[in-house]
Amino acid sequence: MEGEWDMKTDVLIIGGGVIGCGIAHQLCKYNFDIMLVEKEADVCMGTSKANSSMLHDGYNVDKTKLKGQLVLKSTKELYQKMAEELHFDLNICGSLLPGFVEADWDAIYHQFQMSAENDIRGVRIVGQKELHELEPHMNPAAKFALFNPNTGVLNPFELTIALGEHAVQNGAKVLLNTEVTGINSSGGRVTSVVTDRGIIEAKVVINAAGLFSDHVAGMVETIDYTVKPRKGVYFLYDKQYGTYIKRAIYSTPTTVSKGLIMLPTTEGNLLCGSNAIMHDEKDDLSTDLESLNHIYAEAIHKYYPELPRMGDVTTIFAGNRAASNTEDFIIGHSKNVRGMINLIGIQSPGLSSVPAIADMVEDLVREVGENLNFGIKDYYNPTRPKPIVLRELSYQERADYIAENPDYGTIICRCETVSKGEILDAIRRPIPATDLDAIKRRTRAGMGRCQGGFCGPRVVGILEKELGISPLEVTKKGKDSYILSMQAKELALQEGGSSNEKVIL
Amino acid sequence: MKKLSYDLVVIGGGPAGMAAALKARENGVKKILICERGSKLGGILEQCIHNGFGLQYFKEELTGPEYATRFVRKVLQTEIDVKTDTMILEIAEDKKVIAQNGIDGLFEIETKACILAMGCRERTREAITIPGDRPSGVMTAGAAQRYVNINGYLPGKEIVILGSGDIGLIMARRMTFEGANVKCVCEVEPFSSGLVRNKVQCLDDFGIPLYLSHTVTKVHGKERLEGVSIAKVDERKNPIFETETYVPCDTLLLSVGLIPENELSKSVGVDLDRVTKGASVNEKRATNIEWIYACGNVLQVHDLVDNVTEEAEIAGKSAAKYISGGFEKRKRSIHVSPGNNIGYVVPQRIDYTNSDEKIIKLYMRVRKPDEKVFVVVKNEQGEIVGKFKKDTIAPGSMVSLSIPVIKLTEDTSSLTVSVEKEGESI
Ligand SMILES: Cc1cc2nc3c(=O)[nH]c(=O)nc-3n(C[C@H](O)[C@H](O)[C@H](O)COP(=O)(O)OP(=O)(O)OC[C@H]3O[C@@H](n4cnc5c(N)ncnc54)[C@H](O)[C@@H]3O)c2cc1C
Repeated sequence: MEGEWDMKTDVLIIGGGVIGCGIAHQLCKYNFDIMLVEKEADVCMGTSKANSSMLHDGYNVDKTKLKGQLVLKSTKELYQKMAEELHFDLNICGSLLPGFVEADWDAIYHQFQMSAENDIRGVRIVGQKELHELEPHMNPAAKFALFNPNTGVLNPFELTIALGEHAVQNGAKVLLNTEVTGINSSGGRVTSVVTDRGIIEAKVVINAAGLFSDHVAGMVETIDYTVKPRKGVYFLYDKQYGTYIKRAIYSTPTTVSKGLIMLPTTEGNLLCGSNAIMHDEKDDLSTDLESLNHIYAEAIHKYYPELPRMGDVTTIFAGNRAASNTEDFIIGHSKNVRGMINLIGIQSPGLSSVPAIADMVEDLVREVGENLNFGIKDYYNPTRPKPIVLRELSYQERADYIAENPDYGTIICRCETVSKGEILDAIRRPIPATDLDAIKRRTRAGMGRCQGGFCGPRVVGILEKELGISPLEVTKKGKDSYILSMQAKELALQEGGSSNEKVIL
Repeated sequence: MKKLSYDLVVIGGGPAGMAAALKARENGVKKILICERGSKLGGILEQCIHNGFGLQYFKEELTGPEYATRFVRKVLQTEIDVKTDTMILEIAEDKKVIAQNGIDGLFEIETKACILAMGCRERTREAITIPGDRPSGVMTAGAAQRYVNINGYLPGKEIVILGSGDIGLIMARRMTFEGANVKCVCEVEPFSSGLVRNKVQCLDDFGIPLYLSHTVTKVHGKERLEGVSIAKVDERKNPIFETETYVPCDTLLLSVGLIPENELSKSVGVDLDRVTKGASVNEKRATNIEWIYACGNVLQVHDLVDNVTEEAEIAGKSAAKYISGGFEKRKRSIHVSPGNNIGYVVPQRIDYTNSDEKIIKLYMRVRKPDEKVFVVVKNEQGEIVGKFKKDTIAPGSMVSLSIPVIKLTEDTSSLTVSVEKEGESI
């Protein structure tokens, strides 16, 4: 690959998160070349894969901040249209902010007033009776709540991948496993991007590197802002609790906890999280006992006392918000180098602001991309074909697909009923899945209650055959996350064998 | 959509499903179909290449595949239809089963009765919420067993095992045979949860330390596992952090419990037992839905396949009788419940007169290990219906008791099983 590397593009996007993919989606209709580079083995490997997955309508935002303005512009109607065209799951389920005691009332009333200031319709306060009709399993001690019918939940993997795939279908190139290590400029203008796989010439460079966006921005000039990770931990409950909670529930902020959330995911699990811990290591996504106990006590157990602390938990995970020192989105041109556009500090509600962010970035690209042809491509197609998801279809439709392709008949993941055909589709899609987690994000194979215990070995086998690689090369999530270490017997036959050191306590 | 019709559909082609189907056939059921989602019959036995199977049922010691093969042969020689790579999607209330595979496509089966024999799955790291990173190299012992024994690959070289369940113990020995170094086994309970013979033959014989009242408190490693923290736990099973130590390793195997796979059963309305997480059944292994029976690990997690076979034969025979006309009901059902130091009892109720039987067997697990005890079965009057002396009892070994049918009178309404110490009565 390196030998024949001769890469050139008009617009180069750094980062395959929801923001980078959203920008690629926005720009792919025009008559210029787009390339997106991502350091990980798949798109949607950063913050976009581990978050609350809420579509905020911005009812309680501060309009003087950029992030407030952008989320208000990104209406739910825009997302509904996008969901229709690109096919990702979106559920406008509404949200509730319940109160238990008098003291909660102030916070709730304040939020109610903000919704009026932000011109959001339909937000109202509901009494105890209505609250428990809306959420029958909620702790009976909850007395009143702020109800917002506009809040939604979306599938962040599907959204990010759909945006990226749509761009690829319309001519964009996505380079995975490609890390930007430097940016060259000449005469005050960006000329090329240095990656660990070679240099890519580009006219306009868009920095959507999430947590690392300060690092990337710093490659062209000295910057006066920083991005720090702020971690949030989550519980994801088994699908048997998928309809246990019907709306997104916010916990009222208390002295010991900022707001936490509990919501039904679009895939039918129950998601509960997330706290906020500032730390220094951008790629530290570890969960900790203290956070788990805190979230369980302050949110889960307080609002839904019947939910268990463990057992029916499908998984626990953490995400890092990319918080800038201004606590706002910073979107704009580099100060001294023309052709470089930075998106810094895209923390919440980043997922809910994609259309407005992409519009804003398009305007910036128009300002510096004098030579770019903004005519629409003649082959541009605004829609993405819907991937086949058998479990969502009627029995007759499934029967038809299986008759056409028997691979759809063989179930590989029993917990989520995912067929071999769907896994093969994921490997063959415009942005190919080449590891277990990438297949999981696209098909849900391994995302269920056995967490890949049964289907893992079979998916390894499918990847082996389809990609023509050894099982030893199959990874969980790229890089060194290999699943198997050697062939059986190899170690036993090795001279000297392995150490036999036991743990002595 | 293709439509098929059978007298009996058996879901699952492991030891339970095969024994149930064979017994039903022996008792006159004509059209039987076994649906298995794996690519061949045998179920989990296929990957259990160690010995220790069949000591009770065949009175000889076999490996898992050998034990399975005896049944597979019989099934293939008998007029029982088998569909492998076939997944049951739904059991409908009107005695229809929806299934799919690559050959028949998606199809509907009309049936007279159905036997659930889907087996169980392993509890995961996620379910017990062990905090830390999420690298590769953390897997259930059963998944590792499949990689090594079926696929021929070793998941890692430096191993820590959490949980002293039987699969974990078996895998400690198996990984050692492969040249890997099993550094220790941690068990959160103050006692081992596997069979005693497995602890001796798989750990002690290889000098692998077992640390009771210890758990894994954290997983370390961003891409591949690099190590785990382990710590002692207090009586309430909370980690004592002052005792935490870091153990470098590239693989963490979990053997922290098995859960009957009852999602399908639940969706048709089968009532489950809170403790076993399997169906609540009567002595014929019928669930609350009279045409649906259950046996094997989907009903209760067994430690010996011999018991699975025995249970499956009861279910198969009973389903046959149900199809051909049914049993004579008792005036009132007998409710069977666990008492002192008993976790659960299967069957949970006795519905029929059982006039053609001499004994009814009760299967149970104790909560805590003990020695020199009596397991006592009493009726609602407090009268002893059976009393059995046991030298040792442990949660890892299932206890079975035979109750003479004549001891159950028309008026008997409940049985309670308790562990009693010599001299004291509880
Ligand atoms: C706990 C939590 C909860 C949240 N909840 C919500 C919510 O409910 N609603 C909402 O709207 N928003 C929410 N957010 C915010 C939302 O998730 C983010 O705003 C959004 O995902 C940011 O996307 P991104 O593309 O900027 O970042 P990322 O998804 O992190 O993408 C950046 C990408 O850049 C790549 N990259 C970095 N450096 C380089 C390099 N040098 N070379 C190549 N590639 C590079 C990274 O690998 C990564 O894939 C939440 C965030 C968190 C952490």
